Amino acid sequence: MLEIVNLEKWFGGIKAVDNVNLRVNENEIHAIIGPNGAGKTTLISQVAGELKADSGQIRFRNEDITSLRPAQRARKGLARSFQITSVMLPMTLLENVSIAVQNRKGHSFRFWKSALDDNELIDEAIQALRMVGLDDRAHRIANEVSHGEHRQLEIAMAIAMEPELLLLDEPTAGMGPEESTDLIKILQRVKGQKTILLIEHDMDAVFSLADQISVLVYGRIIATGTKEEIRANPEVQQAYLGEG
Amino acid sequence: MDWNPFLIQFINGLQLGILLFLLASGLTLIFGIMDFINLAHGSFYMVGAYFCATLTFLTGSFVLAAMIAVGGVFIVGVVVETTIVNRLYRADHLDQVLVTFGLILIFDTLVQMIWGPEGMVIPLPPVLDGQFEVASLVFPTYRLLIIVSGLLVAAGLYLLVMKTRLGMLIRAGASNRVMVSALGVNINRLFLIVFALGAALAGLSGLLIAPITETSIGMGNAIIILAFVVIIVGGIGSIKGAFYAALIIGLIDTMGRSYLDSLLKLFMSVQNAETAAPALSAMLIYILMAVVLAVRPQGLFPPTGTR
Amino acid sequence: MKNYLPRSTSGIFYTGVVLVFALIPVFVSLSGQIFYLDIFSRIMVLGIAAMSLNLLIGYGGMISLGHAAFLGIGAYCVGIPVYYEIYNGWVHLVLAIVVCGIFALVTGAISLRTKGVYFIMITLAFAQMVYFTFVSLEEYGGDDGLVIELRSEFGTWLDLEDNMVLYYTIFGVLLVSLFVVNRLVQARFGRVILGSKYNERRMQSLGFDTYRYRLVCYVISGILCGIAGLFLGNFTSFISPEMMDWTRSGELIFMVILGGTGVLFGPIIGAGVFILLEVWLPQIITFINKLELGVELPHELWHLILGAILIAVVLFGRGGIHGLLTRRKRG
Repeated sequence: MLEIVNLEKWFGGIKAVDNVNLRVNENEIHAIIGPNGAGKTTLISQVAGELKADSGQIRFRNEDITSLRPAQRARKGLARSFQITSVMLPMTLLENVSIAVQNRKGHSFRFWKSALDDNELIDEAIQALRMVGLDDRAHRIANEVSHGEHRQLEIAMAIAMEPELLLLDEPTAGMGPEESTDLIKILQRVKGQKTILLIEHDMDAVFSLADQISVLVYGRIIATGTKEEIRANPEVQQAYLGEG
Repeated sequence: MDWNPFLIQFINGLQLGILLFLLASGLTLIFGIMDFINLAHGSFYMVGAYFCATLTFLTGSFVLAAMIAVGGVFIVGVVVETTIVNRLYRADHLDQVLVTFGLILIFDTLVQMIWGPEGMVIPLPPVLDGQFEVASLVFPTYRLLIIVSGLLVAAGLYLLVMKTRLGMLIRAGASNRVMVSALGVNINRLFLIVFALGAALAGLSGLLIAPITETSIGMGNAIIILAFVVIIVGGIGSIKGAFYAALIIGLIDTMGRSYLDSLLKLFMSVQNAETAAPALSAMLIYILMAVVLAVRPQGLFPPTGTR
Repeated sequence: MKNYLPRSTSGIFYTGVVLVFALIPVFVSLSGQIFYLDIFSRIMVLGIAAMSLNLLIGYGGMISLGHAAFLGIGAYCVGIPVYYEIYNGWVHLVLAIVVCGIFALVTGAISLRTKGVYFIMITLAFAQMVYFTFVSLEEYGGDDGLVIELRSEFGTWLDLEDNMVLYYTIFGVLLVSLFVVNRLVQARFGRVILGSKYNERRMQSLGFDTYRYRLVCYVISGILCGIAGLFLGNFTSFISPEMMDWTRSGELIFMVILGGTGVLFGPIIGAGVFILLEVWLPQIITFINKLELGVELPHELWHLILGAILIAVVLFGRGGIHGLLTRRKRG
């Protein structure tokens, strides 16, 4: 589904993403782990199109998308969530998610019919909110809900886009253990039905969710494999697991 | 060919450029360092001219009056900064636009209440008022004085910015605001000094033009827009950019108004040229700005260190 | 969704506002204060203009400092045809829509590539271009402007020469504008515009080409403001480039903020308060001077008060008049 070929990114003199090659197969959850500053978010931003690739190629469903803008990639079926919550804060949770639904219902140059009581949008938005357990708080303003709820909202918006590929950038960031567990449960529900590229710090989350794991250290992928293979890999243990 | 008309226009262009530089240098620093849009910067220009007019009558000396007036505008700048502006550095641009727009109303009214609606003429000492001739070329003395004194100020500003500690902080601030506050510098005082210095320079600009044009209410409101064009073209936060851009714009604007019709007549009918030229020449600098923004949004000479 | 429909108290207030506009002519004919027909016509026209600007600033987060250009272009779309003795109002209307639409499309396409301060400055620059163009058009009066001798003719059933008819025509346009803008901001299109104001990056990652939506919004706003300009020209019967001075654009922003940004009725209220201050402050000063309290207040003082109010609104009165209304409800 997603194929990254020889991808590179430089920031000044620092190579943030160094010759990365990666494959994500259909309906699998592929996790990327690695220490802080390993370039994980940079990598996801490149896949989402917010950062340009300095060299290399990103292929999505056998199509080269390296030069497409973020909005174009999103319309091709790529959805991302942000590590630092990025939603429309003054809007309600429902409005946030229904905007995400709106995107796949064709263009939004519709000037007359109210989007606020448009069942085509509302129903599906509520559905997405229900999946993450926020449906009872649909009319709360995003600005006024908790951090954990923001994280859930991020996921709901990404899911509401019904993407081919979900890019999740540390969905459990800043969550307490209980909230984390809830979120992992949500993701487990979609496991096997959705293709997900997941960046995660929480090892429990990674090992319970991921089909494939890649380890990113200083911008390089040092190993890719199943969780057993990764656990057994001595280089990984030294570079990453050992330190934690 | 008689070169005098061309020379006069060239000097006029340079003179406009210098005045714009004095106005824009402060504006670009305030903009670049504090991220503050000061629409009311033109009010300092006006206040400088009125101060100087009154002081010239009181002291009998234009030069002395000018020096006191610049100091006076500096103080006005301090007052405005400490009472109103310093609350707005972190506000969004919309708020800044509105508040400084309100300041314009206040300044224009105050000036009208104090000095009346009539403009004031500043008499020049005979030495400055006139022209001199070199090799059959005639030079207007006072306009040359404006250019020379403007260049001197530019040089002084250059030394201040490049050679002093204050200048180092200003430069650092223009390219990286966070870093300066991280250095443990009293950022509030730096902002105050920069703001008041900018006000004083604007006041100088206004009082220099006043003997030529008379003072008038709202005299700053037209030229401030030109100054904004200058800092956008030159690159926000860049003194060097403001200098070059001011000269470019001063010359383009002046020369365009005088010679564009002759130029257009080369490739269109006389009548069309005479219709199109005034409109086009007035638009030239705005076209320049739009092109710069479209092609090189950071300006022609952005401050070093910014990206 | 409750946010964008009038809340109960403010809803009643705004219904009252519409009623006031509807009943002004009755008040005028009863009291003989014809003056106020003019004032309220002006409020409605500038209110429509401010409403179009609110689409940009309040809903779209696009701070334009050149919106008066559209007002001026709309007015000249009456003035210039009338100069050539073309009085047909429909021609004027189509002209205003087409010219403002094209101008908005071209300048918007360039301006919207920039952000923040640069957007403010480039919209200002384009407005200045229009201003100077009309200043240098000697044929149409240049600096001195143009007198519109006869108003637009929309047919015998709508005689705009009658001030009362003109008033109710503008009132009708105001109601239609309110209705259209209300639909617009609640429709999918409006959601995208509002979403892009709050978080453009997120909207892009959701798959929206925010640039295109903003451009369309800019064009709609420009056309609406052009229509307001058309009525401004008809109503003042005298137009000049001064209408497009950048300080006019500043005043339009003031009206938007005064009433409350992103609120449907905000700009109307803002325009009303602004213009009534403009009318009443000098009268109050004259009145105080007549009391002979020993100090003679200068007549210009009202401008200073206006400036002070503007600053106070920004520093202390977030949310404008709408904010005050809703706040009182909560407290």
